[in-house]
Amino acid sequence: MIPADPSGRLSLLRRIQEGDLVIVYERHDHMKAVKVINGSVLQNRFGVFKHSDWIGKKFGSKVFSHKKGFVYLLAPTPELWTLVLSHRTQILYIADISFLVMYLEIVPGCVVLESGTGSGSLTTSLARAVAPMGHVHTFDFHEQRAASAREDFEKTGVNKLVTVGVRDIQGEGFPDELIGQADAVFLDLPQPWLAIPSAGKMLKADGILCSFSPCIEQVQRSCETLELKFTDIRTFEILLRTYEIKEVRAEVGEGDDGFSLRSPPRKKRQHSTEKGSAVEASGATTVMAKPCSETRGHTGYLTFARLKCL
Amino acid sequence: MGDSNQSSRLTWEGCSVLLDINDGERLVFARLSPAATLKIGKKNCSLQPIVGCPFGSSFRVEDGKDGPYLSLVVATEGGNIQDEENVTCEELKDNRALVDNNTAQSLTGDDIDEMRRQGVTGDQIVEALIANSTTFEKKTSFSQEKYRLRKQKKYAPRVLVRRPFVRSICDAYFRKYPDRIGCLRSDSLALLLSMANVAAYSDVLVVDMVGGIVTGAVAERLGGTGYVCNMHLGVTPHSMEIVRIFNFSNDICKRIVRCCLNDLCPGQNGSHAQIQNMESESVNQLDVMEGGISVKENRTTVDASNKTAKRDPTTNKAIKAGEVASEELIGLWKERGFSSLIVAAPDLDVWSIMQKLLPHLAYSAPFAIYHQYLQPLAECMHNLQREKIAIGLQISEPWLREYQVLPSRTHPRMQMSAFGGYILSGTVICTSESDVQ
Repeated sequence: MIPADPSGRLSLLRRIQEGDLVIVYERHDHMKAVKVINGSVLQNRFGVFKHSDWIGKKFGSKVFSHKKGFVYLLAPTPELWTLVLSHRTQILYIADISFLVMYLEIVPGCVVLESGTGSGSLTTSLARAVAPMGHVHTFDFHEQRAASAREDFEKTGVNKLVTVGVRDIQGEGFPDELIGQADAVFLDLPQPWLAIPSAGKMLKADGILCSFSPCIEQVQRSCETLELKFTDIRTFEILLRTYEIKEVRAEVGEGDDGFSLRSPPRKKRQHSTEKGSAVEASGATTVMAKPCSETRGHTGYLTFARLKCL
Repeated sequence: MGDSNQSSRLTWEGCSVLLDINDGERLVFARLSPAATLKIGKKNCSLQPIVGCPFGSSFRVEDGKDGPYLSLVVATEGGNIQDEENVTCEELKDNRALVDNNTAQSLTGDDIDEMRRQGVTGDQIVEALIANSTTFEKKTSFSQEKYRLRKQKKYAPRVLVRRPFVRSICDAYFRKYPDRIGCLRSDSLALLLSMANVAAYSDVLVVDMVGGIVTGAVAERLGGTGYVCNMHLGVTPHSMEIVRIFNFSNDICKRIVRCCLNDLCPGQNGSHAQIQNMESESVNQLDVMEGGISVKENRTTVDASNKTAKRDPTTNKAIKAGEVASEELIGLWKERGFSSLIVAAPDLDVWSIMQKLLPHLAYSAPFAIYHQYLQPLAECMHNLQREKIAIGLQISEPWLREYQVLPSRTHPRMQMSAFGGYILSGTVICTSESDVQ
């Protein structure tokens, strides 16, 4: 997923090979990660897809099932991975991830600590940000969850950039060998204030910490602990509003209203379909946008703080 | 990366810094040249004491016998914890007895000037102001703290030295000159980078008509691998003035290149040299312009950065970011396609740009387009769907709110930015017949 050298980049010359991880795209809200294995098949509501048909195709190709149903095969990215990974815990989504990676000033070569690992949604983006020569040390106190995360990182190929440790960071703190090594620390723990003193020891001078908490009481307590050794303590909430679009034909002087907006005929909702529309030549059409009616109302508060320069 | 400036924890002569004056009250970019100065209030201080200090150091303006100077503040562990404890156990006071008749303060402006002449420090003046305020004791501890902070900002301003990273640069521009970056808020910029999967070794095509903030952000993420290609559709390249504020090493600078759309199109090799000439001319013109802007921004003495360039032999070797892409590189891109695309071009028609640029991307390449207005993105999304050249299309808008977190006084900030822009994102699919079967 993250190129380890120039040859790993996405390219028109690259073809899907045996062993590649592909994201099978049915619809924007229906995707699946699949490892390509010659002789294997993928079965879904569009039919049976032979992996052998996929090998040698370019990423981004449309492939067909025995009954002429089709899907697209995409190259995996951390964003797509976040949409398809198996949820073992509540995960972080793109808005929080993007914001915190930028705020933590993570650039290639950085060493980043994370606890807990959870389902590894953020870890994959952290790995992308520190690549190619940095490293992410991620810890979870749940042994099985850590093992599953390790398997996932192997599958997505970020394992060289990530080390998964089984450790109770709230109880024991981060391991001593990482003292003074970290450019940034990320905490997603139920009682982050217990881990903050240890996180402070791990950070390099002027390093930044981020704590993600769903409840304001957690934020309150974390901030009180942060006051001791940190400065520039700031708390944010970030949400994403998405929009759906629709093409309508304005009809003037027809019907009782004298003016009405109608969807062009034979048209499904734009936003959920790949099938394009044959817009009739008659009548001017307009594309209109409105926010989608349902959305995530809260994910968590992101509290950032910078280690005081003593 | 041998000379990676980004890993340095200390400032150096000629480095670019972000100066945070009074906890975000004012943000100033400056270059630490020997002649550089900073004006705070009516005082002009040399920036020389900052050179060689760790990033994150704090300075206070003091009056010396040779005029005002910046003095390093040695921070102590702890903070305001004790003050906070007091806050929770009292609070029977309120403001019913306060009368606003301008007689509460017995020190006059002349008294304060006299104290300054005698070399009294700013902190001591603040203490004197508090001691001579007849109403201070009657205030609630919240307003006592506010009063202290207000006086401290005026009489003992603090300067905090920060490393300029993309977030702080973007935030500072968003506050001071939002138009120069197309009102691109830092959380939107962060989304653009994620949605376009900017990763090491990728070749990212950008149309950056927002001062170079996108180009700089991508280069920061690439860390001296891959390329960021700043494309211009006409003959004139777009300004990249903001790229200079990042402390990019040579390794990173040489990964920032310019290219004209025509050069990427088949059969346009002949005109390359000619365009290159025109470009280098306009690049020079741009330099002059940039010089002017940076002087204003830094509020440093005239041409501070130019002087260092001449004096300091190391800066002469510096590779300039934004050279014209070599024919070899362009050849590679024609063959392999770019790995992703970011567009932030408020003045161009989104759909026309996408029609021209999408053929230069590799299949499965993600793209992200920023715009301040919804309609052009909605129309572009509709067209991309109709032409079946991209999937996973989504228009999103980030909403960002900051909180004040204090014991018993936690709430969202009273002021917030209401709008950070819209982003259309998606993934290019393979449309060539031979691949579809």
